[in-house]
Amino acid sequence: MSASPVIIATGGANLASLQFALQRLGYDAPVTEDRETITTASHILLPGVGAAQDTMKRLDEARLSSLIPKLKQPVLGICLGMQLLFSGSDEDSARCLGIIDGQAHRFARDPGLPVPQMGWNQLRLEADSALLDGVEDGGYAYFIHSYAVPPGSYTCATADYGGPFSAVVETSNFFGTQFHPERSSVLGARILDNFLRL
Amino acid sequence: MVVKGVQFRNHRVMGDILELASRYRDEGADELVFYDITASPDGRTVDRSWVNRVASVLDIPFCVAGGIRTLGDAENVLNLGADKISINSPALENPGLIEQLAQRFGSQCVVVGVDSSEENGDYWVYQYTGDPDRSRSSQRRTLDWIGEAQTRGAGEIVLNCMNQDGVREGYDLAQLKRVRAVCEVPLIASGGAGSIEHFKDVFEIANVDGALAATVFHSAAIPIPDLKAYLIQAGIAIRPPDNEE
Repeated sequence: MSASPVIIATGGANLASLQFALQRLGYDAPVTEDRETITTASHILLPGVGAAQDTMKRLDEARLSSLIPKLKQPVLGICLGMQLLFSGSDEDSARCLGIIDGQAHRFARDPGLPVPQMGWNQLRLEADSALLDGVEDGGYAYFIHSYAVPPGSYTCATADYGGPFSAVVETSNFFGTQFHPERSSVLGARILDNFLRL
Repeated sequence: MVVKGVQFRNHRVMGDILELASRYRDEGADELVFYDITASPDGRTVDRSWVNRVASVLDIPFCVAGGIRTLGDAENVLNLGADKISINSPALENPGLIEQLAQRFGSQCVVVGVDSSEENGDYWVYQYTGDPDRSRSSQRRTLDWIGEAQTRGAGEIVLNCMNQDGVREGYDLAQLKRVRAVCEVPLIASGGAGSIEHFKDVFEIANVDGALAATVFHSAAIPIPDLKAYLIQAGIAIRPPDNEE
């Protein structure tokens, strides 16, 4: 059966690039905040650009913050969407979805490391994940973020920016990438394709 | 269409935008910036449907610059698939726009482009540089403006050193080093790239986060795969030209 993914409308912008990335893989994914559409989809993508608290507020208003943790299908959080899977974020002390125990922290101030991290960084594979099938250690992915989740039992790949942080996470049917697979060239397309084959 | 000028004059049509975008994508460019250089001086609303077409073919980040003067303009461009928007003259007219954009979309989307020129031993910000007849000094010192732009929420600075623009004699390392010292967000060097050594110098000496070039890539004087192979050999941490697994 071919996948029928949906993208959760998290507000902010840049859902078009994710839609196009899925299109290039052969999937038409609607952007939606409709509970029924989300519940019946085969795969759910939770993107996020912007502030944690604003995005959570939007999910609350659409009555999605209670729904998402109960989903049984594969769910992929991207960038802020990955951080939302955790308990909370230091950004505005936001409460998040609480699916995975952990907290997003702001990068420490370091004159040599501009914040946000904006650019290509290398992945270090830490644990097996179906998401990383065919992805090589040291491959480059595109990151834009000021907050990051420390490595933990949920971490499948890390990247280093003044210390290691979680780049790819997985807990049961919930997956997350801190980087933007839709903007990470061939490596990113591979990860999206892996996700949609779950 | 992609247009690249030499010292901001005599813009030449550089080829179909989608063809170029695809070519740079395949060659291993890390990010593309699209300058709608006539949008700002003309004060007109422009047709942005091309942004959507570019987004459909690109799997690397891209930024749109030119003519973005309101939250609505920015939202439109971002919704069409751009990853970042870059503002220049409108930020000088209304610095509060930087804050508004950062609050609404996050600093990571907000690039402030700075056209800077050296005069009497100091660096000054220019505005309306897309139109030779209107281009003029904003009476702001470059270092002051970059400090203010960051405070207001700029997530990235593209410093275009006008004295060097299009002349291919190397990036303005002296100026970039001074800006680097005050710039805590990613700094992208622009203006002056003519040889592969210039790229190495700007990373090693000015410690910038990215190097932007147009002329040498458009004309294929410097093939991107060759440039990247050279930089990697020189020990500079960048994504290899071929990201195949």
